[in-house]
Amino acid sequence: MNDKGKIITGLVIFFIIFTFPFWYNRGKAASVPEPVLSPTAKKAGECVRSKDYMKAEHMQLLDDWRDTVVRDGQRMVTNKHGKEFEMSLSNTCMNCHDNKAEFCDRCHNYASVRPYCWDCHIDNPKEIK
Amino acid sequence: MEDSRRTFLKLAGVAALGLTTKPVLDAYAASGGKVPDALVKRGSKAMTAKNWGMVIDTRKFTSAEDLEPIIAVCDQTHNIPKFENTKHEIKWIWSAPYHNAFPNKTNKYMDAHSHEVPFLVLCNHCENPPCVRACPTKATFKRESDGIVLMDFHRCIGCRFCMAACPFGARSFNFRDPEPFIPKINPKFPRRMKGVVEKCNFCAERLAMGKVPACVEASDGAIAFGDLDDPDSNVRHLLHANYTIRRKQSLGTEPSVYYIVGGGGSEEEEHG
Repeated sequence: MNDKGKIITGLVIFFIIFTFPFWYNRGKAASVPEPVLSPTAKKAGECVRSKDYMKAEHMQLLDDWRDTVVRDGQRMVTNKHGKEFEMSLSNTCMNCHDNKAEFCDRCHNYASVRPYCWDCHIDNPKEIK
Repeated sequence: MEDSRRTFLKLAGVAALGLTTKPVLDAYAASGGKVPDALVKRGSKAMTAKNWGMVIDTRKFTSAEDLEPIIAVCDQTHNIPKFENTKHEIKWIWSAPYHNAFPNKTNKYMDAHSHEVPFLVLCNHCENPPCVRACPTKATFKRESDGIVLMDFHRCIGCRFCMAACPFGARSFNFRDPEPFIPKINPKFPRRMKGVVEKCNFCAERLAMGKVPACVEASDGAIAFGDLDDPDSNVRHLLHANYTIRRKQSLGTEPSVYYIVGGGGSEEEEHG
């Protein structure tokens, strides 16, 4: 058993290669993006739910909406403050948040999620391509 | 002294128990008393019925051209793509000659009108929809509230069992991404993606806003739309006053689309 040197060298090389991604990318983490509110959204002032709720649960909310709208035919939602909205991604959400690239895509790209909402739902109804 | 210590411990125990009940009570109180965060309901203008149905008065159509604007308005409303290849065709409402629409009601010699003027055909929104039974994901379903056979495109996996099950050919499959083939996008209605089946939805999205289906609106009175379960509805009056037929009735799917036949009215009038 005189291969101590070789084994240790091998282990060191293995360790360096194995941890390469960690130290190579150190300090390069992309900063957390801030979604930008469009002027339309700022003007509207109020969302269907509170900001914190929307931040954390908007995907769940949209999922619930699609079931209530498609299956139960109930298309209107009244929020805490008594304001009524049509439950529609294209016609309600994207009407105020008309800057998909800055409002939606930034965070989705950062979190590496690829929602397929916009495969079918048109991202901004006002702009006709 | 013994006694008072015992009493103190008892009291302390009860008090501790009392403290633990507060969060429980709070939880109960929160579930009932507070204003809910969101309340969902139908729109105030939404049209409702027990069982939506359609009566198409084929006597009012004199040529294939009469059907074109009706089909066009549906295509435009629902972002239906135009494919050159008929195998890729997407159809919600389309025209078919009598012998295709009513294969088991065809005679050797037919009246000129039925023979020459094509019929408008669409999803029949059957009372016993075979497509709903075939769907393995419940993506297609019969809406209990008004009898419309609807699709949840989100849930369709594209197995096409429903297409095999539908005896009316009312369902189309998106073999290709339809988006580049939509002539003019209607931003109010979603598109579909590659790999899902689609069909007529009796304009459920328009009914929810208090509007009759687009084809009915464009038909200039040739298509009536109403509640088949209401004996006083416009469609029931039409069905009472006219002889009507339905497509492939013998299959027992109970279509909700009726056709008033007996065209070529001018000659009839001549004979009194």
